[in-house]
Amino acid sequence: MIEVRNLTKRYRGGTAVDDLSFTVEPGRVTGFLGPNGAGKSTTIRLVLGLDRPSGGFATVNGRPYASLERPLTAVGALMDAGDLHPTRSVREHLRWLARSNGIGERRIGEVLEATGMAGVARKHARTLSLGMRQRLGVAAALLGDPGVLILDEPVNGLDPEGVVWIRHLMKGLAAEGRTVLVSSHLMSEMALTAEHLVVIGRGRLLADTSTEDFVAAHAGADGGAASLEEAFMRLTGASVEFRSGSGRSGGVR
Amino acid sequence: MSGFVRAAGAEWVKIRSVRSTVVTLGLFAAVALGLGWVVANGFSAGGPAGDALLPVFFGLLTAQLVLVTFAVAAVGSEFSTGTIRASLAAVPSRGRWFAAKMTAIGVTVAVAALAVEMAVYGLVTSVIGDDAAPLTEWWTIEALLGGWIHLTLLSVFTACVAVVLRSTVVTLSVLLPVLFLSGQGLGNLEAIRPVVQYFPDQVGMVVMHMTRPGDPQFGRDYGPWEGIAILVLWTAAALVGGWLAMRRRDV
Repeated sequence: MIEVRNLTKRYRGGTAVDDLSFTVEPGRVTGFLGPNGAGKSTTIRLVLGLDRPSGGFATVNGRPYASLERPLTAVGALMDAGDLHPTRSVREHLRWLARSNGIGERRIGEVLEATGMAGVARKHARTLSLGMRQRLGVAAALLGDPGVLILDEPVNGLDPEGVVWIRHLMKGLAAEGRTVLVSSHLMSEMALTAEHLVVIGRGRLLADTSTEDFVAAHAGADGGAASLEEAFMRLTGASVEFRSGSGRSGGVR
Repeated sequence: MSGFVRAAGAEWVKIRSVRSTVVTLGLFAAVALGLGWVVANGFSAGGPAGDALLPVFFGLLTAQLVLVTFAVAAVGSEFSTGTIRASLAAVPSRGRWFAAKMTAIGVTVAVAALAVEMAVYGLVTSVIGDDAAPLTEWWTIEALLGGWIHLTLLSVFTACVAVVLRSTVVTLSVLLPVLFLSGQGLGNLEAIRPVVQYFPDQVGMVVMHMTRPGDPQFGRDYGPWEGIAILVLWTAAALVGGWLAMRRRDV
């Protein structure tokens, strides 16, 4: 379970996350949605203790992330898939992560198999396609067999086969009783994967509801077949940062 | 196994798993041995006995620029590649991560510096022959010991600076000109010597017999081990600075 309470992050240029509160429950995939610059990645960094909040707090399984002794065994996170050293091999990348949290060597082979990366284990990170980097990021997230998974834009760069793979993977992980929070801007993909949605805009909570209710509530006035995409556009239309000429109102990096 | 040991083990895996480690440490050895050999071949006996150490340390002190590059890159690559985020997600205690990083770099440099220093000493001795600095004399052992400590601590010092500056390029741009001071002999200029002689790259010169206290031109206001003590203080200050920089920073 992930709890975010009154979380706020102010930068010199503005507020990225503004008094945000929501809870991510186990046993289902929760989609984390918002336009570019809405504060999704900042929120995830705050949950993982990488950034310090200006106010409020976030906990994972009731504890601040930074207080977890072996955090990778509790929380697996995929942030930017490009965060790799270019001349370090796939296996060595997973090896240092495993070593840092006392995870056994055998587990590296298991996650390489599970993500279809076993064949490229000796390749340097710089030779990997974006899709392969995403798979490596997922492998790293799964390394500690964690009960909580936080995946920031995991579908980016995946081929159609990869998209179906990660959809089944996330649903499977949730069905095992794990907490799965996945951010994306691909609405059609989220409609297929997420049962629950947390929608934010300009760092504020816009909706925290089931996918079904969200689509129904924000359906078109013409009564036509509603899609998540349309519902999302209608809700977030006011909070898109690059809309007007008033400059960088969001102030999000 | 304690959290620190796990974190240090992970940092060691990082160091040994990238190509730049082999390249920089290999280049460090090659430059130190090559220059040591060249200077040893031009060496003529007749001066003070300690001068026989000059070929050993001339090579090592030039090659230290490459050694420093290794230490700085080991930190800088975390920030340039973004792996710092994964590192701190895996080891959320900033102090523990910093201690583990510095330990892994320090131990790697210490082992490499000792091995290369002994190899250079052996090479120079075989070239100079009977006039070489003998290992039976304390001043030879003292110089080699001091040189080893100098190379190791100076590398840790620069790694700490890289943590503060968060960049390989910026750190090297700041530090390499300063470190070149010794190569250019600027530490011996009358006008700036009172200050520059206390710079971290300068304070090991006495113990390595590159200068000596009381010498009218190359003199220092401190003795060999006082110099090393000053370097220890520099390193301690840099460690505190690096830890303070890491403690509260967003990544």
